[in-house]
Amino acid sequence: MHGPAPGGSMGRVSVPVEIERPESSEAPYAVPEPDVPWVTVVHNDPVNLMSYVAYVFQSYFGYSKDKAHQLMLDVHHKGRAVVSSGSREEMERDVQAMHGYGLWATLQQDR
Amino acid sequence: MAGHFEPQPGGGAAVTLDEVEISILRSLAVQLLELVGPGDDSGDAADDLLASVFRDGPSEPPADPVLARLFPDAYGGPDRVPDDDVRAASAEFRRYTENDLRARKRDDALALIRSLDALHPEPETGAVLRLAPEECRRWLGALNDLRLAIGTRLEVTDEDDGGELLRLPESDPRKPMVLAYLWLGGLQETLVESLMS
Repeated sequence: MHGPAPGGSMGRVSVPVEIERPESSEAPYAVPEPDVPWVTVVHNDPVNLMSYVAYVFQSYFGYSKDKAHQLMLDVHHKGRAVVSSGSREEMERDVQAMHGYGLWATLQQDR
Repeated sequence: MAGHFEPQPGGGAAVTLDEVEISILRSLAVQLLELVGPGDDSGDAADDLLASVFRDGPSEPPADPVLARLFPDAYGGPDRVPDDDVRAASAEFRRYTENDLRARKRDDALALIRSLDALHPEPETGAVLRLAPEECRRWLGALNDLRLAIGTRLEVTDEDDGGELLRLPESDPRKPMVLAYLWLGGLQETLVESLMS
């Protein structure tokens, strides 16, 4: 193992620890709830071709052939599959793209 | 009608189409264009372009089942009972996205029509349609929209899988549409295969 040189050379300037942060000034109510992620769900429909659905997952999301195929099978057999997750804005973008391809997609909070 | 796409060297795909197939495809695409609705290109172009930037889309789902399938709600879905919040979120999303979505579907259908119009089919042999990779993507979109439109009109269900529909008697008024639907499926399937190969 090759660690940083003692005493700190390039880029290892030691920073003094903040002095005397007054305690208990940070009230617990300032802590935000962890964001519940949003997901894009693709629903099964009787018209879209299985090969086309897998193609869309590969070309839009950049998923591997295997992953795209598995997600497509989930949609087909289970009626739905979560295909992506992230912020609400990102999922709205994904849903809009899925609608562009003609897939039936919705977004929801992943509870 | 046995048209199927084959991959081309360097990406892209090609299919041989005869005059009848070209005219059926073109007519279906024109009908789709009419259904999706006109673009914002009436009147003064510059004014309309400016206006279209600020023009909101609709907030209600379309009443026509085909349009409702092409432009579905973004919130809710078949497994959730929509409450007021879900409906409001769908309406908001629709207002800001449906115009763009309609424009994309129009552009795909127009691209299909343009490439058909560039063909000069011979009576005996038809014409070979060669699509560049980008054209393939537009064609895939247009073929899919056409199948969604026809499949919705025919009320295709999962159980059909073509079999039920194929057994319709020749006298059934839906028969021509069923044949077109299955033919489009073959075109789309082989176009996907060509792109994935």
